[in-house]
Amino acid sequence: MQFDQILQYTLSGLSTGAIYALIGIGFSIIYNATGIINFAQGEFVMLGGLLTMSCLTVLKLPLWAAIPCAIAVSTLVGILFERLAIRPLRQPTPINLVIITIGGSILLRGLAMLVWGKDTHSVPPFSGDAPIAIGGATILPQHLWILAITLIIIFINKIYFYHTISGKAMRACSYNRRAAGLVGIDVKRMVLFSFIISSAMGAVAGIIVAPLTMTAYDVGVMLGLKGFCAAIIGGMSSGLSTVIGGLILGVLESLGAGLISSGYKDAIAFIILLLILFFRPQGLFGKADSERV
Amino acid sequence: MLEVSGITQIFGGVTALDNVSFSIAKGNITGVIGPNGAGKTTLFNIITGIYSQTAGTVTLEGKNVSGFPPERLARLAMVRTFQNIELFGGMTVLENVMVGMHTRSSSGLLACALKMPWTISEERRIRDGAMKWLEFTGIVDLADHLAGSLPFGKGRLLEIARALAVEPRIVLMDEPAAGLNSQETLGLAQLIKRIRDLGITVVLVEHDMELVMDICDRIVVLNLGRKLAEGTPREIQESPEVISAYLGDDD
Amino acid sequence: MAKPIRSGSDAMKRDFLLFIGFSVLVMLAPQYFRGGYMMNVLVFVGINTMLAIALNLLLGYAGQISLGHAGFFGLGAYLSGIMTTTFSLNPWLAMPLAAVAVGSLAFLIGFPVLKLKGHYLAMATLGLGIIFFIIFNETYEWTGGPSGLSGIPYLELGGISFNSDVKSYYLIWGFTLAVMLFALNLASSRVGRALRAVHDSEVAAQVLGVNARLLKVQIFALSALLSSIAGSLYAHTMTFISPTSFGFNFSIELLTMVVIGGLGSIYGSFLGAALLTLLPEILRGANDYDIIIYGGLLMVMVMYMPGGLVRGIPALFRKLAGRKGGVDHA
Repeated sequence: MQFDQILQYTLSGLSTGAIYALIGIGFSIIYNATGIINFAQGEFVMLGGLLTMSCLTVLKLPLWAAIPCAIAVSTLVGILFERLAIRPLRQPTPINLVIITIGGSILLRGLAMLVWGKDTHSVPPFSGDAPIAIGGATILPQHLWILAITLIIIFINKIYFYHTISGKAMRACSYNRRAAGLVGIDVKRMVLFSFIISSAMGAVAGIIVAPLTMTAYDVGVMLGLKGFCAAIIGGMSSGLSTVIGGLILGVLESLGAGLISSGYKDAIAFIILLLILFFRPQGLFGKADSERV
Repeated sequence: MLEVSGITQIFGGVTALDNVSFSIAKGNITGVIGPNGAGKTTLFNIITGIYSQTAGTVTLEGKNVSGFPPERLARLAMVRTFQNIELFGGMTVLENVMVGMHTRSSSGLLACALKMPWTISEERRIRDGAMKWLEFTGIVDLADHLAGSLPFGKGRLLEIARALAVEPRIVLMDEPAAGLNSQETLGLAQLIKRIRDLGITVVLVEHDMELVMDICDRIVVLNLGRKLAEGTPREIQESPEVISAYLGDDD
Repeated sequence: MAKPIRSGSDAMKRDFLLFIGFSVLVMLAPQYFRGGYMMNVLVFVGINTMLAIALNLLLGYAGQISLGHAGFFGLGAYLSGIMTTTFSLNPWLAMPLAAVAVGSLAFLIGFPVLKLKGHYLAMATLGLGIIFFIIFNETYEWTGGPSGLSGIPYLELGGISFNSDVKSYYLIWGFTLAVMLFALNLASSRVGRALRAVHDSEVAAQVLGVNARLLKVQIFALSALLSSIAGSLYAHTMTFISPTSFGFNFSIELLTMVVIGGLGSIYGSFLGAALLTLLPEILRGANDYDIIIYGGLLMVMVMYMPGGLVRGIPALFRKLAGRKGGVDHA
């Protein structure tokens, strides 16, 4: 009985963790390419879910068409965000960047409220909602979708960063932006690319989670922060460490909510965040040489 | 005055400084010279508490100060300047120098916020003291300008004025002549001599050989993280090791 | 900040007159803005001014961001509220006790928090603020949870209870002016200079003997303490508090006030607080959409007026005047 419960919490924790991981990787990609923590990252998660909902209900598109449509629009917003908010900034000090991305985040949230109102909206699951039994626990098909899609995205990511020219250029930027510029990499383009990739990833996360949790104009805040927490655990890596970070966070949250108190569920992520920042700023798996400045 | 002994610094497997020892006499101007990559700036950063060394000790007036943070060294009357001048760009020239009086004043946060009577007289003392150092360095007419708007040469003078406001017994200058034109370098040489005449010990890392040979009493030569030679300018100029290190014909 | 003036005593005299003038305006305001509603709004302007100044000391002077200040504000409000309701303490005693408790807590947390810089500092303080918010919501037995804490007593002095709009106005603005004077003094002092020095170049400040680490923690604690006092005053003026007033959104609102008014300007904080408090009142009906305006304002200010209104408006006038008149500036 107790074991089944733990299994149940762990399984559902893994799927929320996968979402955190996707969002966290989005944070890391932008951070590595630009040194910016994009506080608006969570808003793309919100956009993904709500745009899918609109494509389904307003445009009457089938799901397989609604999803790419939502991703495309979110990515477009990501491009506009980079062009209109990040690039024109004349004094890109860390504080100004924090303020401008927060400003952008609030603006996007406000516009979403204007478009979709304050209600929560639901998105139908991708393949029904008949529970599947695993041991003494049950999961929904959507949980499997989340895990599978996350795996695929991470795989594509890996191929992009290690086997394509622009992916390699982006990694070069993350090691040393100036040197990358000197060897002829168009750093500004890479910055734009990083915003494209992470807004698309954020949107995907928002789309696959929406059938489980419903969605609304303000879901981006918490999901964004949890994703950041995953990235911090992973030492701002855009690969496996952040995925593990997300999964750890998801499972701990789920166990904490189930076994201790659901009210403090959200606090768990922030306590982990603070502990990591205070004691292991290089991430849980990183070597102690990187400085968080 | 200042003694470094056995200073070794290893950065991720690379030995930047290897067992460097020398001592600096009170009231002297000492130059630390050496080709690029000799470890001069690293040594300065260790002496002034910016880095902590892998091994070795720094002794200031008989006191072991290894690993002391810079603010503690300032209280022990040691101060430095930076190669790429580090001014408080958003503050006026006068205010910059007033920050230099920090260790020479004591009003705390609450006393300042409540404007206790003694803070007002202290403030006057800080202002007068700062003006004195602006006069000493000859930039008093710039007192109300924003430090961030100064031309480089004037910024260098401001940085020195600010350091002097600490009322140090020893000043370390990291390439004070870098970025100065020949006119300004001449003025700088005079200024450094006047600083020594105040009884302040001066140590400088410098590339401008003419300046070093002109004003230094002693010279320490570093090469590839090791001390190569030490002596008076004349001795250094005639030292075969130094000449070969500089001309690079030792292989 | 205005142009520097040659002699120190001239500058002091000018600052003093400016403050006196401002205080007179504040004291006369109730003569011109009659009506409980307007008074009530001006009470909020006062509280927000205190909070904006507190945050500005940290962000504008020391250059350290905090996205969790609503938490300290809430902590002050709740501590005051709980001490005066559950423990029936005198509000005048509860307020300083709360302030010292919050200040001490911030001092302790400050050491690990302020080791972080830039984005990481922003995230850590944001996390702190959210943890406080969750605590306000979850410790029902003390705070009443999401439904709030009511029955908090008004402040009283010499038999006068500060229970009407005009009386609250004078109470709050008395405190606000005191906080303003406190901050103005601090800013123009040895400690204020050290703070700005740390902002501009931490390493140079350290070399000159400024203990940057301790100073940052001290100012963080002071900022939290002032926010706590504002929180206590809020609790004793509203007599009812609930967690929604102390969430992440309010931290962002405070940040917006400081940035819009002008980083490192005390009067700027007043301008920012006044603008952001009055704006929703002016845009009545568009109430829900004020967050769009905050977001837009933040972005526009950082992009086009990074010095805030207090510097941007005079610069704008100078530019316009220059364009019309032409030659007075060489």
